[in-house]
Amino acid sequence: MNEVIDFKKLIIDKFDGFERSLDGNSSAQLDSIKKDALAKFSSLKFPTIKDEEWRFTNISPLLKFNFNPVVGKKEFDTNEFGKLKLKDSFNNRLVFVDGIFSTKLSETGSLSKLMIAKNLKSAVKENNDMFHKYFNKYADYNEQIFASLNTAYCSDGAFIVIPENKIIEEPIFLLFISTSNEDQALLQPRNLFISGKNSEATIIEQYIGLADNVYFTNAVSEVVVGENARLNHIKIQEESGSAFHISKVEADQERNSNYESISISLGAEISRDEISATFKAEGSECTLNGLYLTNGSQLHDTHTMINHAKPFCNSHEHFKGILEGKSRGVFNGKVIVRPNAQKTNAFQENNNIILSNEALVNTKPQLEIFADDVKCSHGATIGQIDNESLFYLKSRGIGEENARTILIHAFAGDVVKTIKSEAIKNYLEEILDKRFNKES
Amino acid sequence: MLEIKNLHVNVEGKEILRGINLSVNAGEVHAIMGPNGSGKSTLAQTLAGKQEYEVTKGEVLFDGKRLLELSPEDRAREGVFLAFQYPVELPGVSNTNLLKTALNEIRKYRGLEAIDTMEFLSMIKSKMKLVELEQSLLSRAVNEGFSGGEKKRNEIFQMAVLEPKLAILDETDSGLDIDALRIVANGVNKLKTKDNATIVVTHYQRLLEYIVPDFVHVLYKGKIVKSGGKDLALELEEKGYDWIKEDTKEVQVQV
Repeated sequence: MNEVIDFKKLIIDKFDGFERSLDGNSSAQLDSIKKDALAKFSSLKFPTIKDEEWRFTNISPLLKFNFNPVVGKKEFDTNEFGKLKLKDSFNNRLVFVDGIFSTKLSETGSLSKLMIAKNLKSAVKENNDMFHKYFNKYADYNEQIFASLNTAYCSDGAFIVIPENKIIEEPIFLLFISTSNEDQALLQPRNLFISGKNSEATIIEQYIGLADNVYFTNAVSEVVVGENARLNHIKIQEESGSAFHISKVEADQERNSNYESISISLGAEISRDEISATFKAEGSECTLNGLYLTNGSQLHDTHTMINHAKPFCNSHEHFKGILEGKSRGVFNGKVIVRPNAQKTNAFQENNNIILSNEALVNTKPQLEIFADDVKCSHGATIGQIDNESLFYLKSRGIGEENARTILIHAFAGDVVKTIKSEAIKNYLEEILDKRFNKES
Repeated sequence: MLEIKNLHVNVEGKEILRGINLSVNAGEVHAIMGPNGSGKSTLAQTLAGKQEYEVTKGEVLFDGKRLLELSPEDRAREGVFLAFQYPVELPGVSNTNLLKTALNEIRKYRGLEAIDTMEFLSMIKSKMKLVELEQSLLSRAVNEGFSGGEKKRNEIFQMAVLEPKLAILDETDSGLDIDALRIVANGVNKLKTKDNATIVVTHYQRLLEYIVPDFVHVLYKGKIVKSGGKDLALELEEKGYDWIKEDTKEVQVQV
């Protein structure tokens, strides 16, 4: 049993040590933001299941640990790095080891000529204009304790700027590795992605834990999608089984922009994705898709928010969950259509398959519509593998296990097929195979 | 080939089949006709192994094996095929994937090697022609968004690929227009050999103009109440099912 600890106080007490560890890599502007965020963090309360937004996600197990925001730089076994397969499919990558950018493991050669792809720390160091213009403008931490925590202790992450009119065909791969070197590490990547006018790019994030130790990833990504720009954003979460993962993505969309997010959640004991998109001007489109696979005692929570602040915008959401063991899933999809946002189309769907007797899903669509000329729909299903479908496959000679595998693949396929990267698609198919093909 | 002896089946606690006896030999086509609710589909699905249908009495031998003791997949591997009355839509499962998996599982069961991909592709192409299916349907999800006629043709296409010993067509004619009916019947006829058998379950005589049965059985209230040659189907068409019902009543009264 863990004794009761004052989680907040322990973290705040480490602030000075954390600041010192940055070794002067900061700026006056950033410092004042951090201090403000720290003050907010100390005044806010951690949510409990009495808070509507956290009703089904009990984070008290997380608050039992004395997490350390100061992560020392230790040697990382490059053999371990070699074993990570997915990265090999991408030529351009930024690698972060225990929250710290690794120049050695990163490859940005061909990209650096076309765009800015670097770590946040160096953007701060060089006093980058774009950084100061956009940083901390979207992920509001005033009422969100995890965002304030991330902001107060923000030290590194990815800083990506796609210049105007540039079409970057090769995906930019961001790899966040948690090693076994640190126990109870608090890793807080802070990302800023800016897509210039008429640009197009794909950003892929992978969060992966190498050993089964307890740590906490608390990530915040701010995303700006400029006028007529397209940004494809894929996130794959494969944290260690005992880890915690909370991630917040705030996307801000200019006129005629297109933001597509696909969030794949596989790891962590407790994980939560908060994904929000705001339409700042007319003619934009946003697609939020996701797939979560949980087993054992895992809990995964997806909270989305689409803010239809302007007319003539479309949003599509499709999240699917496959749950085993005693695991739990939570989906909450909020869509707000503001009074002037006429001609809005907003579609939302959440489907879950439960493969055991003890898994549980709580799903809730939340549509708040204040305009009258809109098309909005939502649907949620929680079910088991369809017996009719199973019988049909078996009646063709396909055995029970294979038939189930085929149906599970097909279920996940709705989301997997929306992924444009073949490498990611194959990677996920392999994961699905390993997980559900019990026969072979 | 198939020997059904005194088969009793309950569906949701209610007795639907009440002592079916039927023998089917290789090379034969049997038609099972009867009014709605007489138990035709229950018989078809019971033979395929539908779990929810509870066999309370009786026995079914298929090539000497106790069919009812086999799982649905093993029945298919032994050579039983059911063309569904309502083929299931399987979003995300391609026709090709389904057929290849099914074929290879059947081959494995029979101790054969997995089929070579090129051989498989050319085989399914030729079988598609049999039921005049568009090749584009192959890469599409099984039955998803198919018209009623396409679904039924797809069933016969699957049958053509899997080459069963015993094919059971459950109301394959329902909902088909005359052109689709002809295509489906044509396919079935071309697949007929002296070594396989077909059971055609239907409400109407119409399909039997194209698939000519050697025997016609009338199922009523869970029993076969009359058997005869193909002329029986015509008689039923002419007189409807009422005279069968009357007949049965009389018989019951006499007993």
